[in-house]
Amino acid sequence: MSQRVLEMRNISKEYFGNKVLKGVSLAVDEGEIHALIGENGAGKSTLMNVLFGMPVIRNTGGFEGEVLFEERPVSIANPFEAMELGIGMVHQEFMLLPGFTVTENIKLNREITRPTLLSRLFGPAMKRLDRTAMNSDSRRALDSLGLSLDETTRVAGLPVGYKQFVEIARELDKKKTKILVLDEPTAVLTESEADTLLEAMERLSAKGISILFITHRLQEVLRVAQNITVLRDGERVAGLDRTEATVDRMAELMVGRALESVGCKECAASAMKEEVLLAVSDLRVDMPGEEVRGLDLSVRRGEILGIGGLAGQGKIGIANGIMGLYPATGTVAKGGKPIPLNDTTSALNAGMAFVSEDRRGVGLLLDQSIEMNIAVPAMQSQGKFIKGAFSLADDRKIRSHAMELIRELDIRCTGPAQLARRLSGGNQQKVCIAKALTLDPDLLFVSEPTRGIDVGAKKIVLDLLVKLNREMGVTIVITSSELAELRAICDRISIVYRGHIEGTLAPDASDKDFGIMMAGGASHGGQERKVS
Amino acid sequence: MEQKAKIPEMAQPSFNLGRLLKNNAVPILFIIICALGSYYARLPLPFLIAEITTRMARNSFLVISLIIPIIAGMGLNFGIVLGAMAAQFAFIATVFWQMQGVAGLTATVALTIPVAIVFGWLTGMLFNRTRGKEMITGIILSFFANGLYQLICLWVIGGVIPFPDESMVLPSGVGLRNTINLKAMHYALDNIVKWRYGMIGVPVMTFVAVALLCVGMIYLLKTKLGQDFRAVGQNQQIAGVAGINIDKVRILAIVFSTVLAALGQIIFLQNLGILTTYGSHVQVGTFAVAAILIGGASVSKATIGQALLGTFLFHTLFIVSPLAGKNLMGNPQVGEFFRVFVAYGVIGVALALHAWRGRSKK
Repeated sequence: MSQRVLEMRNISKEYFGNKVLKGVSLAVDEGEIHALIGENGAGKSTLMNVLFGMPVIRNTGGFEGEVLFEERPVSIANPFEAMELGIGMVHQEFMLLPGFTVTENIKLNREITRPTLLSRLFGPAMKRLDRTAMNSDSRRALDSLGLSLDETTRVAGLPVGYKQFVEIARELDKKKTKILVLDEPTAVLTESEADTLLEAMERLSAKGISILFITHRLQEVLRVAQNITVLRDGERVAGLDRTEATVDRMAELMVGRALESVGCKECAASAMKEEVLLAVSDLRVDMPGEEVRGLDLSVRRGEILGIGGLAGQGKIGIANGIMGLYPATGTVAKGGKPIPLNDTTSALNAGMAFVSEDRRGVGLLLDQSIEMNIAVPAMQSQGKFIKGAFSLADDRKIRSHAMELIRELDIRCTGPAQLARRLSGGNQQKVCIAKALTLDPDLLFVSEPTRGIDVGAKKIVLDLLVKLNREMGVTIVITSSELAELRAICDRISIVYRGHIEGTLAPDASDKDFGIMMAGGASHGGQERKVS
Repeated sequence: MEQKAKIPEMAQPSFNLGRLLKNNAVPILFIIICALGSYYARLPLPFLIAEITTRMARNSFLVISLIIPIIAGMGLNFGIVLGAMAAQFAFIATVFWQMQGVAGLTATVALTIPVAIVFGWLTGMLFNRTRGKEMITGIILSFFANGLYQLICLWVIGGVIPFPDESMVLPSGVGLRNTINLKAMHYALDNIVKWRYGMIGVPVMTFVAVALLCVGMIYLLKTKLGQDFRAVGQNQQIAGVAGINIDKVRILAIVFSTVLAALGQIIFLQNLGILTTYGSHVQVGTFAVAAILIGGASVSKATIGQALLGTFLFHTLFIVSPLAGKNLMGNPQVGEFFRVFVAYGVIGVALALHAWRGRSKK
């Protein structure tokens, strides 16, 4: 029987009273490919942070449970110790220096050196680099991945897929590496690159290197993983082995969760009409990490349309593209009138407003008051709150408008002059919504409205969106990684996969259908599932 | 294992005039200005060559001292003024002890190095606390250090430390005179070996020192430490994750730079033969920075070739611009203005370009 390389027993972790891991256990044997799957926020990253002894874990009170490496209990205080033990991490965002060659990156801070006269006098920092030896080592690591990339190429111009391989080669070149953690390695790869990577993984596994494979793509899991752990809401809901796993079963385990009671149940159903308010065709948006590739979408007047899908599939890019924040091509027409792309002013003038997912970056002027945050976009694009020949700000109007919205949206603050930075996440989000409402939109894009907000505030923000829709008749397109919240408030939910709409479902469709669609199931042999 | 995806064609290093011009726009512009200036200055060629030779020998070292911090991602090290101060303190001591010639110069170097190391270390620690704002910190630090320097020279010397040398202190006995004569060590390095061709004198040993520095620099960049400088310069976070002690590498970069600048200032002063107590160091930083930028370096990229070319162009401009100004406008001041304008203007443009590129990268 092969040796157990890594075991994590009963890991629990809470952040400020919020339990994100509840007694999770995991075991990986030598040469095993073990998949760890779960939705965004299921606790995968936290589990890996525990494994690598990331400072964020220690700074927030440590964790409970035990980690065993090669059957001995270990306490890993920082990522270097993890590395020393032989746990290799391939980062999601690449840790490569663009100006260095492949070899220089693989050997970063582990350069092979030769002593010289000066190094005898002044210490090892004066040793010369032995480039020939470094190159041949990198060659070996690249060969073991089956990659014929020239090791003296600069990393800067390489395609994303190759950068991933260079990172893996770096971990392999560390002779001690016994287990590799790959965090969504295929998320940024094209299909053929992903294939190459999966093959490389199998080759490594045959050599006795274990792999912990974190992914959203269930087909890939079925292809390479021997064992599968499913996390949901910080709990290990299932451990499957290859023979008992199917895409359907994994999808169901991953997504399945009781619907939270959000939304305005007692309100009337939304006044959704058949009339198409916004028609989007062949939209392509160049938003790094969230590219949209030829997407068609129609939004009906009066509805709440949800856009779901896993991170990196392009759902975030849609609103950003239509509103002109990222370069886009395609055609967008609102109420039959075409709207030019890459032009935020015309998008705003067409009656569309956008609540950005980047609340603190794009959404708010953090060091300005609440009232200015609410008024500025309307002052800029519609000339509201401006008086006199010199276009001065009309402070009184700004104040009274802000007071009104603070009351209406129940923004908890010390007053309209409070700085946006000092508000809690939920109240900042309300300011963003107030700002968008000041533009009097009939179509509101809301991206990730509940990201980084605590549970109570989430409900309030979602209730607010429903209220806007029902009472003011605003059509809302809400993009969210949390399927549960989309299912709670939307009339229809479109799932984005690889930059296009994989399908549209009713909010009460089954967990399995959502899970499969999010994993790209429909275009991988499953039948089209659509609701009208 | 066959290849699944194709590697994109790497740009062939083919000759491309347009790109060559674009990438070297700054030095090319200054070559043209210098050529025009030399033409209108109507200086005899041997005189021009003699002047340039002297100034190349005198200033190259200082300019080269800027390279390491640029490679380590710390920008233009305006803090080399502290190195110059270290050198001047050493000279004040050796002149007071009435040391002479090569021996005196050697003693000055020996005294300077430890002081410069301490100054560099402190500067480096400060830069680590003001990460990302090294350049402005360096400028302000040089102002602050200048204040301390003046305090020491004007009051501590003679006031606190007895300094019984009438030729060096002010008549009141407290504080140093405005100028200190370095006659005893004038040309101490330059004249060890000097080749003469008519008007032109080549200070061979000084050039040997510069050449040694260049070779040392190339060597240093091939060592483990050099690789660390480059890694830290590209991305501190990634270098840190790889286990490189970023803070230490950055401090070492500044220590190297400060020590080299101190040696550069010694070469500079032994050539001048006179120490302007309160002025010699003041513009060392700005002039060296302007020179390396004119040579085509940027805030994040510099080579020895650029440093040498920049020194050559900047000082050619120094020599020809007053005369060219006089011949063209009837007023040598115009050329002088132009020179100052160029020195500060090129720094301003380089900083603006750096900020602009940084933003467009985001």
